Amino acid sequence: MAEVEETLKRIQSQKGVQGIIIVNSEGIPIKTTLDNSSTVQYAGLIHQLVMKARSTVRDIDPQNDLTFLRVRSKKNEIMIAPGESKKSNSLSGF
Amino acid sequence: MVLTSVTQKLFGCCADEDVTGESPYKLLKKDDIIQDIKTRAAVSDFSPVKQIVLDYPEEEILLVYDRDFTYDQCFYLVLTPEAKDRILNPPKPETPGVLENEVIKTPEPKEWISLGSELEIDEESVKETREKLWYKFSRVRRKFGVPACFSDRNTADAKDGYLECASYQDSRFSIKQMQRDCGTQAVPRLQSSSAQTQWKFQRNIFTQYKPRELSEEEAENILQADSLRNFCNSVPHRVLQALQQEEIMNVFFDDLKALGTGAEAGDWSGKVSEGLMLYQAFTDQKYAKDKKISSISWHPTIYGVIAVALIEKKEERFSESTASEVRPSLIVFYSFSDPSNPQLLLECPDDIFAFEFCPSDPNIIVGGCMNGQVVLWDISAHVTHLQGTQSSGKKASVNTDTFDLDDNKENKTPVVRYCAVSALESSHKARITDVQWLPPTFEVTRTGLPVENKHNISVQVVTCSPDCAIMFWDVRMPKLLSQSVSDKKQNVDQKTQMSSYSVPDTFKHLDRTWKPLFRVSLPRISTSGEYAPLKFNFEPYTCSSNKDRDTEEADENDDSSKIIPDYSQLRVPSAKTLTALEDVNTKLYFGTEDGEIGYTDWKLGKDDSGRLHSAKPLSCIGIHHWLVNTVQRSPFLKDIILTTGGWNFAIWKEGIMDGPIILSPSSEQVCTVGCWSLSRPAVFFIGKDDGSIEVWNLLEKTSEPAQVHAHITNAKITSITPWIAAPKQHFLAVTDELGMVRVFEIPKTLYIPSRSEGLSVKKYFELEEERLKDYLKKEELWAKEKKETEELKKKMEPDKPVKSLKENDDVNMKEHSDYLTLEESILKGMGLWTATADTQDT
Repeated sequence: MAEVEETLKRIQSQKGVQGIIIVNSEGIPIKTTLDNSSTVQYAGLIHQLVMKARSTVRDIDPQNDLTFLRVRSKKNEIMIAPGESKKSNSLSGF
Repeated sequence: MVLTSVTQKLFGCCADEDVTGESPYKLLKKDDIIQDIKTRAAVSDFSPVKQIVLDYPEEEILLVYDRDFTYDQCFYLVLTPEAKDRILNPPKPETPGVLENEVIKTPEPKEWISLGSELEIDEESVKETREKLWYKFSRVRRKFGVPACFSDRNTADAKDGYLECASYQDSRFSIKQMQRDCGTQAVPRLQSSSAQTQWKFQRNIFTQYKPRELSEEEAENILQADSLRNFCNSVPHRVLQALQQEEIMNVFFDDLKALGTGAEAGDWSGKVSEGLMLYQAFTDQKYAKDKKISSISWHPTIYGVIAVALIEKKEERFSESTASEVRPSLIVFYSFSDPSNPQLLLECPDDIFAFEFCPSDPNIIVGGCMNGQVVLWDISAHVTHLQGTQSSGKKASVNTDTFDLDDNKENKTPVVRYCAVSALESSHKARITDVQWLPPTFEVTRTGLPVENKHNISVQVVTCSPDCAIMFWDVRMPKLLSQSVSDKKQNVDQKTQMSSYSVPDTFKHLDRTWKPLFRVSLPRISTSGEYAPLKFNFEPYTCSSNKDRDTEEADENDDSSKIIPDYSQLRVPSAKTLTALEDVNTKLYFGTEDGEIGYTDWKLGKDDSGRLHSAKPLSCIGIHHWLVNTVQRSPFLKDIILTTGGWNFAIWKEGIMDGPIILSPSSEQVCTVGCWSLSRPAVFFIGKDDGSIEVWNLLEKTSEPAQVHAHITNAKITSITPWIAAPKQHFLAVTDELGMVRVFEIPKTLYIPSRSEGLSVKKYFELEEERLKDYLKKEELWAKEKKETEELKKKMEPDKPVKSLKENDDVNMKEHSDYLTLEESILKGMGLWTATADTQDT
């Protein structure tokens, strides 16, 4: 429990980070620093993207796995770090 | 009555034996009763009724056994024979048959009572008023029995087929229908309509979903799980690395792209000229010969029209040799469409040194004369002519044929005479060198107080002249004269203004009686006498206080069809009705004949005697060594002013009284005129005595011009005016002493501002300001030090050999301790003195 808090704090203290969401393997948010509606929206949308990316990577090479996914847009950037069976999703913005 | 048992026995009416409930009647002989009374006298039961019995007419008296005690006694005696009869023979009840007979019997008709209804019936019924007429027709006898043939015929077929009595309106009487029977029925208003939605996606299903969420316990469980802990230990590392990458370098910023100026990327087609290209040159042999141009102004709204003021070259105007050649002074309008013929001429009473179009109404032009008078023109009658040249002559090369024909038709250019000129005695005493309209955002009262401008149009003019005065004029009719002039005005309105020599009546109220609102004099700061201003400049005020007026203003200025108020109808409002504007900057810069730049407040104050007078200028610094010919504010930064004069130019920042923040190095040529570029905050143009133009770019080089266009003309350049005619066409009009106007097209490099040029320039000016302040401080310091060293030197001279190092140290220590005590006392006085170091808290 304490590690989770500490991790969140560490990431959140970086410059430009707008929020962090930790999501389980089904895409249900476990812990978040954003408000509920944004969390739910991000979790739902990102989950599908990560599934797709991961399956793409594994299709090309079954030994390979997705380690990190960054989605850069005009205004923000979304950084996604998947775990093995559980996933973490963190959001950063500039 | 009560009958004892003895009596009962005697008469044989024992209760319940002889007489019973069923047959309660017993007839008693009257004689027996009388005998009983006689025998038993008072004891007899019949004694109370003795008299009645004696009077009883019949023989038998009825005695009724009252079993029910109806009359309170056992027996009662019926006293009258009628009653006896009645009791014995009660009347039989009517039989039902009798009743039935009565019911079945029909009601007999009653006699009718007249209630007046027979009259109505009579009226309504149709009766014959006369006997029916009857006619008998028969055919001639011989035709009897003849076979006949029948056919149909319409009455209308034959002319006399019928005779009609048509109804006609008899005018002898008219009946007014007072009452009419009509039936009404309330019918509900119904409207039926239908609508059909387009069912584009023919799906009858829909889903509504809600995100899955973890319940509290589940979340807790997961958070406690080991797997999450492992995850948190391993994964954030990647995230942090990514974040760090972002911090190191901003990937969104394209450095290469930012390197260039950016605006004309991809526009480098062919040769791009770096310098000013000559676009057109205007001159006119008839009017501009031997004249020099004093001032030039672009027409604010009509494309390609320039107005130049021509003045005599020779300074001495009263010499006899020129008497025969005195020509009327003119302001000439040129248009791009016709370079060699002026479009419009404005007649002036004297040489005009400065003029300006009114910002609210480009048809009004104000000018300042050589003799100190202020002149007003109204060219609204000729605006269409000017605009006509614009539309037909935009591409001069294509349409010159048609235009030449037009030109030949009217050989003379229209001349507009001035419509108002100020009163000679209240005008300036020397030539007016600068004229400016006050912006439409505010106006001033007689004391110089800025007040709000209700109409949002420019109505006031400021002029300055070397007779040491700056005057404020109002073009509206003053309130006092409004009564008497209104009658005159009505006469005036009836006149038409058609031919080119008639004078428009817009400013009739001002003609020859125009007096200034007030006069600002410029007394010298330190010595007596006054400054002689040549040019001035004040801050254009944009009212920010009144928000909705602002938007109205913006709208008005934007659309070209705004209602331009009629200047002849304007009146000066009473000063009390207008609200004073507090945030108007009432200070103006002026440049004098001696090369000084002064800064003064135009508000008039009251001195001891109560008269209004102008305050001394706040500062006046001699920078230029000769006449100041330009004082111009930067169109981008409101507090930066460019001044040129003598052999150099300077840039000032409003508020810094001590000197210009930038002073150019002296050049070999006299700087005759300067102007800012309208599109680039860091660029300005300087015109020189030898006919060359320098283009300065403060961001490129600060000590020399970025470009020099040498020998544009052979004569001295008298004025430069930039203009943005179209987004891609930036012009620079240059005039010279030979009476020629040259219009140059500013190349892209010079009119497209570089990236964040405004900010850079601003920063640059701030740096310069800092430098200036620093320099001044240092100067002071140096001056002080110098004084001190001198004094010290003086002191040291007599006891030079005595002083030793130690004594010097002592002196220094003493000074230092003195300083410490001084500091302590000051800080204590200010309340900032903190205790000694060990008791200080952090």
